[in-house]
Amino acid sequence: MAFLDEQGQKNLAGRHRKARLFSLLCALVTWSSVLMLLVLLIRITMDGIGWLDLHFLTSFPSRFPEKAGLKSALVGTLWVILLVAVVSIPVGVSAALYLEEFSKRGRLGTLIEVNIANLAGVPSIVYGILGLAIFVRFFALERSLISGALTMSLLILPVIIIASREAIKTVPMSIRYAALSLGATRWQTTWHHVLPSAFPGIMTGVILALSRAIGETAPLILIGAASFVAFLPKNLMDSFTALPIQIFSWASRPQVEFQHLAAAGIIVLLAVLLLMNATAIYIRNKTEKRLK
Amino acid sequence: MMATTDRVDAATEKKKATEAVLELQDVSVLYSGKPAVKKVSCTIWRNRITSIIGPSGCGKSTLLRSLNRMNDFVDGVTIEGSIQFAGQNLYGSDVDPVEVRRRIGMVFQKPNPFPKSIYNNISWGPGINGYSGSMDELVERSLQQAALWDEVKDRLKDSALNLSGGQQQRLCIARALAMEPQVLLMDEPCSALDPISTAHIEDLLFELQSRYTIVIVTHNMQQAARVSDYTAFMEMGHLVEFGETDQIFTRPEKKRTEEYVTGRFG
Repeated sequence: MAFLDEQGQKNLAGRHRKARLFSLLCALVTWSSVLMLLVLLIRITMDGIGWLDLHFLTSFPSRFPEKAGLKSALVGTLWVILLVAVVSIPVGVSAALYLEEFSKRGRLGTLIEVNIANLAGVPSIVYGILGLAIFVRFFALERSLISGALTMSLLILPVIIIASREAIKTVPMSIRYAALSLGATRWQTTWHHVLPSAFPGIMTGVILALSRAIGETAPLILIGAASFVAFLPKNLMDSFTALPIQIFSWASRPQVEFQHLAAAGIIVLLAVLLLMNATAIYIRNKTEKRLK
Repeated sequence: MMATTDRVDAATEKKKATEAVLELQDVSVLYSGKPAVKKVSCTIWRNRITSIIGPSGCGKSTLLRSLNRMNDFVDGVTIEGSIQFAGQNLYGSDVDPVEVRRRIGMVFQKPNPFPKSIYNNISWGPGINGYSGSMDELVERSLQQAALWDEVKDRLKDSALNLSGGQQQRLCIARALAMEPQVLLMDEPCSALDPISTAHIEDLLFELQSRYTIVIVTHNMQQAARVSDYTAFMEMGHLVEFGETDQIFTRPEKKRTEEYVTGRFG
């Protein structure tokens, strides 16, 4: 049965062909990137799995590869991420709330907005220099855990602010009006309604930002995180190392055993990253369900 | 139509002398200098339903929102003139707008329940305002006043978003009533609802007028004729005519009013 004349039929067939071609192309692009990731994962796993054991996780680095582990780097990374989360989430979300809910729209607001967008694109090594100048030198915090965490917080703040603002913008105005018309203050409206509604979106931004922080190496090297630390940080002023730095240090050694250690380190880093994301996604989904 | 007019006649006959709740004196609302409401003066009477009608964009919603300072949240808005409420100018420098909104409640065009349980939708407002009585009783009373109690009493912990549109709007009314406001402002509360839900809400208005003063904006003239004691007709930001509803609909003084209520334009 044909609803269209001959010309129309031909035309339609051509359009269908184009649509098929395009979806094929999209699938190809998607799968090739997945494939590349897979190849990378398989290679890393093959290189490092033999070296990955409890001893590896619970030993300090050593110049003998069979004795070396990444205890100090793993603990250092966990500390840094914890501190970064504690510093950057409240500051970033508060800044986003201020910009969206409380500040008057105007020239100053636009200026701040443009600046934050630009800051999100600044190379991480520049933040390293900033951290070195401000935290290490000016505030005399030395090459410590807290310096590293604060520098990393600066790095991811713009990402958190931008993502949080987008999440806050999606909260419908009608919810705010409903609360305000009941005699709520701006703060009560924000705290009880806007923030909970925006929470899943904010969490997504936070996950992305923390994932970036966990893999960043450049700023930590610049502020002087050590690559050979044979103790655990006991307080915020202790020196520290982190997984990417440990991996980098092993990978730059000539002995082939250290290459395997680096691969094992990468597996641990990825595992920490996935675990962190999974937790965050779990929390997000739980709150999303509660809102429905 | 005839029957409706009779009923309104009877209603106005029944209660004559009343006291003013809101007195508007030369109220103008300007958005970035452009007037949306121009020098409106009228009186809102206690325990009466006043409807504001007029073509789209005539400023009726803007006027309504200036009665509980909801326009404060619009950037670049300025308000001139005075609105007397309980002996005070709502826009006086010593008046806290939060307190104004606590006393003058509002129901919006689209139902906007919080993404919370039915119970918490009602209890939140009194909660933040430090209500000290029994919250369960208040929730039940408010839902009963909004004629929703029987439909939801077994599922107060359910999300309000699972209710139908009409139920959601009655929930929003119950939520506003839980604050025990002196005045209830309604901004086209039935425009997103089907005829049966609309009838529910109109019945509700009759029930509520013994206890509350209601101002309702509507673009539905039949609705204004059915439910209200007083009607204000607005056009292009001006208050063209204000009077008792049956007079506005049967013996309007102004030609524009007559043309509008008889459906010749708008």
